[in-house]
Amino acid sequence: MHKKRDRKILSHVARNWALLFLICLLILFSILGKNFFGLRNFSNIVLAATTLLLLATGETFVIISGGIDLSIGFVMGFVCVVSAVVMRDLHAAGLPQVISITTGCSVGILLGLIPGLINGILIAKLRVPPFIATLGMWGIANGLAWRFSEGFPIAFLPPRVRDIGMAYIAYFSPKTGLSFFSRPVLTERADIWNLMKIIPIPVLVIAILLVIFAFVLAKTKFGQHTYAIGGSVDAAERAGINVSRHLIKTYTISAFFASCAGALLVFKINMGVHTQYTSSYELFAIAAVVIGGASLMGGKGNIWGTIIGVLLIGTLNNGLMLMGLPIFYRYIAVGCILIVAVLIDQFFPELVYKE
Amino acid sequence: MVTNKLLKAGRDITSKSEPILELRGICKYFGGVHALEDVGLELYPDEILALVGDNGAGKSTLIKIIAGVYQPDKGEVLMEGKEIEIRSPRASMDLRIETVYQELALVDKLDVVENIFLGRPLTKFRWFVNRKRMVAETVDILKRLKISIPSLKEPVQNLSGGQRQALAVGRAIAWSGRIVILDEPTAALGVEETRKTLALIKQIKEQGASVIVISHNLRHIFEVSDRIIVLRGGRRVGSRIKSKTNIDEIVKLITGSL
Repeated sequence: MHKKRDRKILSHVARNWALLFLICLLILFSILGKNFFGLRNFSNIVLAATTLLLLATGETFVIISGGIDLSIGFVMGFVCVVSAVVMRDLHAAGLPQVISITTGCSVGILLGLIPGLINGILIAKLRVPPFIATLGMWGIANGLAWRFSEGFPIAFLPPRVRDIGMAYIAYFSPKTGLSFFSRPVLTERADIWNLMKIIPIPVLVIAILLVIFAFVLAKTKFGQHTYAIGGSVDAAERAGINVSRHLIKTYTISAFFASCAGALLVFKINMGVHTQYTSSYELFAIAAVVIGGASLMGGKGNIWGTIIGVLLIGTLNNGLMLMGLPIFYRYIAVGCILIVAVLIDQFFPELVYKE
Repeated sequence: MVTNKLLKAGRDITSKSEPILELRGICKYFGGVHALEDVGLELYPDEILALVGDNGAGKSTLIKIIAGVYQPDKGEVLMEGKEIEIRSPRASMDLRIETVYQELALVDKLDVVENIFLGRPLTKFRWFVNRKRMVAETVDILKRLKISIPSLKEPVQNLSGGQRQALAVGRAIAWSGRIVILDEPTAALGVEETRKTLALIKQIKEQGASVIVISHNLRHIFEVSDRIIVLRGGRRVGSRIKSKTNIDEIVKLITGSL
């Protein structure tokens, strides 16, 4: 009787270790770190994690379907550069800011879907292994982004880009009360310091996207088929699922999220930047998905887990930084956690799976 | 010549009604290999037809043609007298042909309910999965077929071989196929599990469907089937009514020593 209960507790721990670990980290950093515990810093963690969150969400679909997408980091860079170039040139040509900005984003995101479409066709129709197809696309997107940016950050964007990137849904100040979307005009230092900013706009946009796609994965036919294909391509095919069409859609979703991340990056840093900002992002995205409980063998994982994986990496980043530790510790820590995640999946499959 | 006569004899006795499914002159080549050469098959309503033959005789290739996995290079397929083409597994399923593959039937990581409805979940508003109704129907199906499975939320990799097989067969019945194809349903099963699976096969017939079953185990074949078609080297070498033949004769047909 006791044994059964112990087993049950153990299986809960094994299944939710990432969440438990995240809570431990939050407690640890709150005690050790300076300025860690507080709404302002937590908001920073979430805001900093938005890029990774987008990439990892797309990657979740691909990994559950049994594949991998290495191209997303540079697809993001490519879209960031292209969007910025379009915005800059239209703005320079004298078009209204709103038009320059929306056109820039749309063109960037639409072009960003193409690598995903090509990945999907290569993998589903021409049977190229996902690793190879997306590694090829990794190089191509990298080169193209470089070509468009000519190696320099793209600046002179419409000024509104910066405003949008810094905007929050609502502001609260003891003096002016609650105001939506626009920052109240304050002159005194103390008032500015006391101004409460509630939910950055990028976070809201991402939250909406996440809810939609978490729902798609968990509750729709499309999601069910994704799990079926990842679990067994043959069984899925013989159950009448159109596997190649589904995989093309899956890689396009991944590219869509990478593109959104690229467009978002323009607003976040007010520039079109490639390379140093975008490389190695795909690896952290994959790490987040795996830490969140997905299996690289496919058929397992969910968006909720991925969110925890991303927050875990983000918290680690932020906490180590506030403790004054150099950035390389972050790589070491994420590497260790990734390996532990896979070990748990390997050695306790029955614990993790059983109800 | 001998083969032809046997064929006719087999058909005469059962041809009280039209075949529900008929294959004529089917050829299938893989590169230079002639997997099937001018093979015919007819399946009558409410019949359990066994397909036997040695390894490489072409049994699996033949059922994969019916299941829409392969396309024949030559020959025609008729359903209730009308010529049809089965271009994909989905097309086969749409014709209400359900196939239970030896090992590829289930997705290990998905649970019982998801496997029963693999590839065609019940939906509401077209896109959204209706889990509640799927669970209710699964409970119903399992009860009807007297299959006992500890938990519906269990990933099927945690089930025993017999439970998995029962599930795969149960799925075919649940979808009320009018033709159910079973590839080696009793391979790798224990004694009790085999008995249960054979009982399930008979149950399919009672539900008014026709069955094609492949097996290496002639004792099992003789226990459940009504008629036996023998393949050898990609050709059909005989068709026998079960009650008018015996294991010895079938073995001789399989090995070519008749």
